[in-house]
Amino acid sequence: MIRFLVSRIVQGLVVIFAVITITFTLSKLVPGGAVRNERNVTEEARKAQEEYYGLNKPWIVQLGLQLKHYATLDLPDSYHYKGRGVDEIIASGFPVSAAVGVAALLIALAIGVPLGALAALRPNTLEDRASTFAATLGICTPSMVLGPLIAMLFGLKLRWFNVAGWFDSSDWVLPALTLGIIYSAYIARLTRGSLRETLAQEFIRTARAKGSSETSVVFLHAMKLASLPVLNYLGPAAAGLLTGSFIVETIFQLPGLGQFFIAAATNGDHQLTIAISTFYAALIVGFNLFVDILQAALNPRIRLQA
Amino acid sequence: MSSKPQQSLSPMRAAWQRLMRQRLNAWAFWFLVVLAVLCGVGPELSPYDQAGQDLELKATNPSIAHWLGTDPLGRDMLTRILHGGRVSLEVGLLATAVASIIGVFYGMISGLAGGRIDAAMMRVVDILYAFPFINFVILLMVIVGREFWLIFVAIGAVEWLTMARVVRGQVLALKNLEFIIAARASGAGFWHIVWKHLLPNVMGPVIIYSSLTVPGVMLLEAALSFLGLGIQPPDASWGVLIREGANAMETYPWLLLYPGIFFSATLLALNLLGDGLRDAFDPKSMSQQ
Repeated sequence: MIRFLVSRIVQGLVVIFAVITITFTLSKLVPGGAVRNERNVTEEARKAQEEYYGLNKPWIVQLGLQLKHYATLDLPDSYHYKGRGVDEIIASGFPVSAAVGVAALLIALAIGVPLGALAALRPNTLEDRASTFAATLGICTPSMVLGPLIAMLFGLKLRWFNVAGWFDSSDWVLPALTLGIIYSAYIARLTRGSLRETLAQEFIRTARAKGSSETSVVFLHAMKLASLPVLNYLGPAAAGLLTGSFIVETIFQLPGLGQFFIAAATNGDHQLTIAISTFYAALIVGFNLFVDILQAALNPRIRLQA
Repeated sequence: MSSKPQQSLSPMRAAWQRLMRQRLNAWAFWFLVVLAVLCGVGPELSPYDQAGQDLELKATNPSIAHWLGTDPLGRDMLTRILHGGRVSLEVGLLATAVASIIGVFYGMISGLAGGRIDAAMMRVVDILYAFPFINFVILLMVIVGREFWLIFVAIGAVEWLTMARVVRGQVLALKNLEFIIAARASGAGFWHIVWKHLLPNVMGPVIIYSSLTVPGVMLLEAALSFLGLGIQPPDASWGVLIREGANAMETYPWLLLYPGIFFSATLLALNLLGDGLRDAFDPKSMSQQ
């Protein structure tokens, strides 16, 4: 277990430093620099700014400086939002993305798991067909179509919620609904497949034979094992949801991390680009590790190996 | 020896017959064929240019002259949807091809090499899985200035990981089977074994996984175009049209609905076909029965 954790943490650090290096290299290739993109800047002012951010040094030195920033957790300032640290900006965007993401995850599980379980428990019935059809339909509806439709129905027609922005305490509902419906379709499909497979296994017959009630067979015995593929999917999905969907944040104009990233990438705000990518990578690494440990706890046959 | 090509064909043919026996799969297949033909020749046959504006006309409802109406710039929607579909399908197929080629090569080498090299190559894939690729793709799109051919290279370059795993697993399972050992014992060279024995036997999983990659790639392209980073107007892809439609939906909801329906129907057909192919190649994992 300890060896497993150490090896995974080392691997995670490799990922994070690789991501910093790749994002740094990519952002150096973006045409026009952060300082050069600004208009009405005198030559001296530009030089002074480049000096301040260390942009006049060779690339390799700049990369070293970046890595040092992250190794010592002393994060640099954004180019675009003058005087604000990138960590401050992430701290302002992440709560928005995370609120929508957590709500979306709960909606997805609340719809997806029962829908998939219903289909698996009554194979080849009308319920099964209807649930599978609904899930397939959900998978095939892109968020960029579903989002505007939901905004039109609940925002413009029924006027229950704001169409866009982050002002009222209910502004998370529509974006979370959009993401939740789409993810619930994947979860329903995975739950159906894996629960059906599990129910056909011998330990389930044993559980039935020893007289366990159907509820206990399904929820205590089968669901434990059947949730593994769902968890496997949820690890990366949860990281994606928490850090915000670029599409949904664009549709509903939320000041989340996704919006900050797109703005930073197009503005040439490399410090922020690198910081947000690194934050994403750290979250993905963290969630994957968490899911692996959870899976080992749920399935005695899985052993954590370095 | 001369009967070998036929032997490697027949499982394909059997799988094809199993695929088309399911009515839903056959519908999905013919829907995609018809769509591809329409998107291929439709924009040429149409009396309108996909970017041709008619500012007097503005947005109109469907009519005899414009079957799916026009957008606020008076452009014919049907022509634009078919043209956009051509771009979206091209990106989907080409990016999947790029991803499949990289994945097959990587997986083959890893599986054949085995041992430490295999372990190291698969560790690299594990590490790459944790990369925030969408961020890289967005940065790449900013860098390359939205050139069409770079979109599918960029998407293809990040979508090959699962393909590499699938192929590597298949090669590992195959390489110690009797028929490979027999071929080696009878003096067949390395490349002969790879080309005549391994490749035909990994084609099944490659085809299945490719068909499941296409809808994912099309979604990614649409997402980039929707964000204004992919295909640039006045050129159109379905992502561009959905973006324009979403902006105008309050007054002209059909501008969002028509491209949305085309896109969703295509994704549905591709998903059905992908699931059907999986069942056809591996009758044990029937998802329907």
